[in-house]
Amino acid sequence: MEWMAWTLPTALFFVTIALTLAGMSLLHLKYPGTPRTGILGIETMRGDRLFISLLGSGFINLAWIGLTDASQYGALVICGLFAFCVFRWV
Amino acid sequence: MEKTVNQRAWLLVIPVLILVAFSSIIPMMTVVNYSFQDSFGGNEFFWVGLEWYRELLHSERLWDAFGRQLLFSFIILLIEIPLGILVALSMPKKGFAASICLVLMSLPLLIPYNVVGTIWQVFGRADIGLLGRALSDLGISYNYSQNAFDAWATVIMMDVWHWTSLVALLSYAGLRSIPSAYYQAAKIDQAGRWSVFRHIELPKMRGVLMIAILLRFMDSFMIYTEPFVLTGGGPGNATTFLSIDLVKMALGQFDLGPAAAFSLMYFLVILLISYVFYTVMITADKNEANR
Repeated sequence: MEWMAWTLPTALFFVTIALTLAGMSLLHLKYPGTPRTGILGIETMRGDRLFISLLGSGFINLAWIGLTDASQYGALVICGLFAFCVFRWV
Repeated sequence: MEKTVNQRAWLLVIPVLILVAFSSIIPMMTVVNYSFQDSFGGNEFFWVGLEWYRELLHSERLWDAFGRQLLFSFIILLIEIPLGILVALSMPKKGFAASICLVLMSLPLLIPYNVVGTIWQVFGRADIGLLGRALSDLGISYNYSQNAFDAWATVIMMDVWHWTSLVALLSYAGLRSIPSAYYQAAKIDQAGRWSVFRHIELPKMRGVLMIAILLRFMDSFMIYTEPFVLTGGGPGNATTFLSIDLVKMALGQFDLGPAAAFSLMYFLVILLISYVFYTVMITADKNEANR
């Protein structure tokens, strides 16, 4: 595993993603959702909304790095808000 | 009768999961790890945080390559999609001639990428190449290794030559699947050729055309071998597309950290575009089915 050059922050990142996926799967087994059409006009399930949130968060973080010198926690807050909006309205 | 829940089928998925883990997930994790670190060889890494991302996002080199890549994909889609449809419409509908056409159209797709690059490298040479020599004899100045416009024209021609047949074959399959009743109805209505194409063939080909656009866009967005063999990214950086720049950075300069950050940004863009195309395709299919 040494060749993979693991660090604590990247390991925590992947653990968070894995736990989120596992949590979403369990949630789906317990409370199966139904597709809904939100403001984007596309049918989405919980998993789709998680994917859109994660993908969007990647771009928000990149935009934050490229456009500001401020702490990356600012981007994290925006990502949280973005994910909330996606789960609520998309 | 009560249904029996049998979860053993999940075991069948395990081989695929293992394969995907080794071919995609583990390498991806490694790239993420590299993108936050610097390495001087010897498997020693030093944490640099977001430094590589910051450096790349402010780098003119990356944005130039990104711009070239988008322009290239846009141009080849603009040429290959209409041309592929036109070829498909002109192909014989049945019989021996149709089979011959299908085989001929498949030939460019069977040629390995590096061989395509080599063919066009020789084809475009002003001293021995058929294209280069013919243009020189006509008094047209053409040199793809020294002139950026010529290099672009050659790379685009090469891609059109290599991949238009894929669009043509997909369009042809779409055309063949249209029931003859539609054409009979059009005939009764005395519809012209353009109306038949606009109101019957084009809507019925929408599914395969979306697949063709998606495939061609993704493939052109990741193009590496053909332009690398043909121009090596030159003259200067004129045909240095994203993947060529990435390979130069990762293998030429052995800058693993910046190359890893570059790869992840490249991956994010591809993921976004694929998702948009996929969603549009699925939505179009559902709307079609609901009609």
